Order: sequence, then C-alpha cells, then structure tokens
Amino acid sequence: MDLFIQLTLTGLTNGAILALAALGFVLIYKSSDVINFAQGEFLLVGAYVIFAMIAQVGLHWTIGMVLTLLIAVLLGVLVERLVLRPLIGEPIISVIMVTIGLSSLLRAIVSTIWGNQPKSFPPFIPSQPINILGATVGADRLWALVIAAVMLVLFNFFFTRSREGIAMRAVADDQQAALSMGISVKKIFAWAWSIAAATAAIGGALVANIVGVGPELAGFGLRVFPVVILGGLDSIPGAIVGGIIIGLLEAYTGGYIGQGLNQVLPFIVLIIILMIRPYGLFGQEIIERV
Amino acid sequence: MLTLNNVEVIYNDVILVLKGMSMEVPEGKIVGLLGSNGAGKSTTLKAISGLLKPEDGEVTDGSIEFMGQEIHHMDAADIVRLGIFQVMEGRRVFEHLTTEENLIAGGYTRREMNLKPDLEMVYHYFPRLKERRHQIAGYLSGGEQQMLAIGRALMAKPKLMMLDEPSLGLAPLLVMEIFEIIQRINKEQGTTILLVEQNANLTLAVADYAYIMENGRIVLEGKPEDLRENADVREFYLGLTEVGQRKSYRDVKHYKRRKRWLS
Ligand SMILES: Nc1ncnc2c1ncn2[C@@H]1O[C@H](COP(=O)(O)OP(=O)(O)OP(=O)(O)O)[C@@H](O)[C@H]1O
Ligand SMILES: [Mg+2]
Repeated sequence: MDLFIQLTLTGLTNGAILALAALGFVLIYKSSDVINFAQGEFLLVGAYVIFAMIAQVGLHWTIGMVLTLLIAVLLGVLVERLVLRPLIGEPIISVIMVTIGLSSLLRAIVSTIWGNQPKSFPPFIPSQPINILGATVGADRLWALVIAAVMLVLFNFFFTRSREGIAMRAVADDQQAALSMGISVKKIFAWAWSIAAATAAIGGALVANIVGVGPELAGFGLRVFPVVILGGLDSIPGAIVGGIIIGLLEAYTGGYIGQGLNQVLPFIVLIIILMIRPYGLFGQEIIERV
Repeated sequence: MLTLNNVEVIYNDVILVLKGMSMEVPEGKIVGLLGSNGAGKSTTLKAISGLLKPEDGEVTDGSIEFMGQEIHHMDAADIVRLGIFQVMEGRRVFEHLTTEENLIAGGYTRREMNLKPDLEMVYHYFPRLKERRHQIAGYLSGGEQQMLAIGRALMAKPKLMMLDEPSLGLAPLLVMEIFEIIQRINKEQGTTILLVEQNANLTLAVADYAYIMENGRIVLEGKPEDLRENADVREFYLGLTEVGQRKSYRDVKHYKRRKRWLS
C-alpha cells in the first residue's frame, strides 16, 4: 500500500510536469498548425536557466523562477519572430524540419554553456519528507504537483474566460475570420510560443529541483510526444490527462514490474489507444455539417 | 463615409480582378452591392477591410477612404479599430468555440473590459443565440450561424458593417427575418451597412441606394426604385422580362444585351 501511494505520487508529479510541457506543444499546434519538435528542449533550457540562477548566481528561488519565466517568454518570442514567421506559407514539412533543427541547436547551446556532466544542486524548493497515508514523499514533489496543478487551472481559465485566450482558440479555428475581427494573428503566434516556452520552462525548473540537471533531461522532454499523441494533438484537457496517464503508467510499471519496461509500456498503451481513437483521447474531430 | 476611387486589385501579381471600382457609402445608410458570381463583390469588401493580404491580393491602384482617412495600406486589425467590420461570406464561425465565445472574439478590439451589456444587446436582436449560448458553434444550424456571424460584428460596435451574402444558403423565411434585423440594426444602432448580395429583390427592398457590378467595376447605380424600373436589372437581376414573364434563355436579344453588359 505504501509503495502504491508512493508510486502514485511520483507518477502524478511527473505527469503534471509532462502535462505542463505538453500544454505548450498543444498551444502551438492548435494556433499555428506547427508541430514543435523543440518543445522538450524548452524544458531543458528552463531547467538549466533555473540552475544557473540559483546554484551559480545565488538568487532566491522565487526570484530565479520569475527570471526563468521571463527568459523563457523572450526565447519563445525570438523563436517565433526569427525562425517561424519567415516560414509562414512554406510547406509544413519545412516548418517541421526547422523545429527539429531548433531542438538540436538549443541542445548544443546548453551543452556548450553548461557541459555534459550531470549536476545536482541543493533542491531549492523545501524537500523535507512528508508522511501521507503511511508513505513518505519529499515535500518538493508535492510542491511540484501543486505548482503544476495551479498552472493548469490558470491556463484553463485563460483559454475559456479571457478575451486573449478565446482569441487564441479562434485563430486556431479560422485565421482569416479571426483577422476580420481585428485579432492580430502575428501577435497570437507570439503569445502561443512564449506561453509554450514558459510552461515548459516551469516544468523544467520543477524537474531540476527534484533530480538535478543533466543531458538526460532532454529524454524527459521527449516524453512530451507520447503525451500529446495520447491526449490529442490539439486538446488542452488531453495534454493534462495524457500527461497524468503516462506519468502514472511509468511509475507503476517501474515500481511493480521493473525498470526499463517503464520506458516501453507507455508506447504500447499509446498504440492501443490510437487504434481505438485515431485523434487521441480528446483530439478534435473535424466538424462536418451538411 | 466610405469612398472607393478607381480601385484596382490584383491577385498573385497577375490576376486583375477589380478594374477601376468606384463607389460611395454615405453615413447612416444601407447601400446594396449586387452582381453575379465572380463579379468581384467579395474582393471589393476584402480590399476595404484589409483582408486581401492572406490571399495574396493587393490594391495596386486607386484609393479607399474612410472618414477622411486613406485605409488601403492599413492592417486589417487597425481597420477594425477604425470601425469597419466585415461579416465574411459563408459565415465563418469558429466551429469549436461556443456561441458566446464566438461573440467575445467578435468584441476583441473593444476597450471595455466588461462585454456583458453588449452580449445582452446581441441576444436582444437574436434571442435564438441566447438559448444556444453554451453550444458549440459548429453544430448550430446554418441560419443560427449567420445570426452568430452578424452578432459577432455587433459586438465590435462598428460604424460600418459590411455583410457578404448573408442570405447564402438560407430558407426564404429566414432570409426575410435576417434582413429585417439588419434594417433594425441600421436604424437603432445607427450602423451604416454595406450589403453585398445576389438576392436583388430583397436588397432593393431594404437599401437606400444600390450599385451593380460586373467584371470588376460598377456598371449601374441608383436608387432602388429607379433600378427596379431599369430593363436590364429587371431581366438579369430580378428575373423578369418587359412584360413581367420569366425570361427565356433562347432569347437572342437577351444574349446581345448580356454581351454588352460584360464587355
Ligand atoms: N484569392 C484569389 N486568388 C485568385 N483569384 C481570386 C481570388 N479570390 C477571388 N479571385 C477571383 O476574383 C474574381 C472575383 O471573385 P470574388 O470572390 O470577389 O467574386 P464575388 O463577386 O464575390 O462572387 P460570388 O458571388 O460568387 O461570391 C473571381 O474570378 C475569382 O476567381
Ligand atoms: Mg463573394
């Protein structure tokens, strides 16, 4: 029972962090139809930047977090402006190739600045063990869960209540019609990329706090893909549910069956679900009226 | 209020679609713009609202003035902020958004934070939309979608509302209903209306003034009552011959006159 609770909490935390990163991916795909293969690298950058702020510069973690967010937003805007905007109207495959290139570039920049050695640093979020129903969990994991959950709720609110969030979904549906009501599509794309980079960076910071930084973080970022495919490329709730399912599955298989298999099982589940629901769990079907 | 002066529009750098289009829309009026398929009506509206760019179209000559300001080089978003709102052909609702979210998107450029009174105003004109406020717009009926498209425009509180074939694909009774509401909006809100249509009968019934375009330019204009008396209009747009019978396509005279129109 202890093990079960332990695994559940681990899975939920990882899942919530994955959901954050996946959310950004979905946002970009929804608003601009671009599949961002560099989403995992946004997470990596977030992790290293927070590491630099706290362990190397020595800032308080709250300030570090805010600065990391700002840098991520800036990175998102820059990428949209310099890399993607010139590609508007180009075939989708060139855009995909560019995001793949971007992912290698970001990885190379990170390893040039910080090297390839894994680095641990004292967890900045308080991590004393806490007892829940007999299982012991680090407080940092709980914090990560809470922060991720709060972010997800905030985003949901943003997309359904705020004018800017609704405009973003409107652009996803019909760009020219959105333009006809004065919604600047360029501005919305910039928003989408900066929010995507910011959510991934928060995810990265939370991971870094728990396991430290190292190149294997990019592997964590890669798991964004099974998450979004499972949840549906264009579904915000899908990103959240998909993240949590993958997180839990990995934790349970790792704990009950064995390490190693936990890397494979999510993909097996993924294939089965896609055979039943080709758009993913929550993917939008195309509305057809006659 | 709005003046088009010899406007020329070219798509993809080669296809000349508007060939010296001139017209005027006076403040507070309903102006009709009639013409057959491919005449360039939608292109005219897109030239005014700045929506040509995504289609690789461009105003290459002439000028478009709105309330004393040249607008043909402005961004679509700025033109909306000036007070021009185009309801695009084919309704174009955001299918995955709810009715109310569609309306909020329509009010995107408004400065007010609270759009509640405006939502109520739209629901006042279209009570049916209120019943379906939380429904996904993609599943509304065609008529409801057209109401939503007009409602979205109302949310922006435009000075000039341009409607592109609002009767498209709707049952006659519903078309009447929508035209009545357009007239009410014009009177009650003081919104100037530029109405693009193929339905000449109804358009001439609601408009204060009308233009007829063929092949990228205006070929005829006048007050509805005068246009109704014009033999060509009667024949080609109202489907009536001189003696009030339905036209015959084998009529040689008809063919000749048609040719004169298109040249
Ligand atoms: N994006 C485009 N690229 C190239 N040509 C275009 C484009 N849009 C319209 N055209 C051409 O311009 C001409 C006028 O089109 P437009 O849509 O303005 O006509 P319309 O009067 O609105 O017709 P309808 O009543 O069928 O809507 C047509 O011949 C059309 O083929
Ligand atoms: Mg048209």
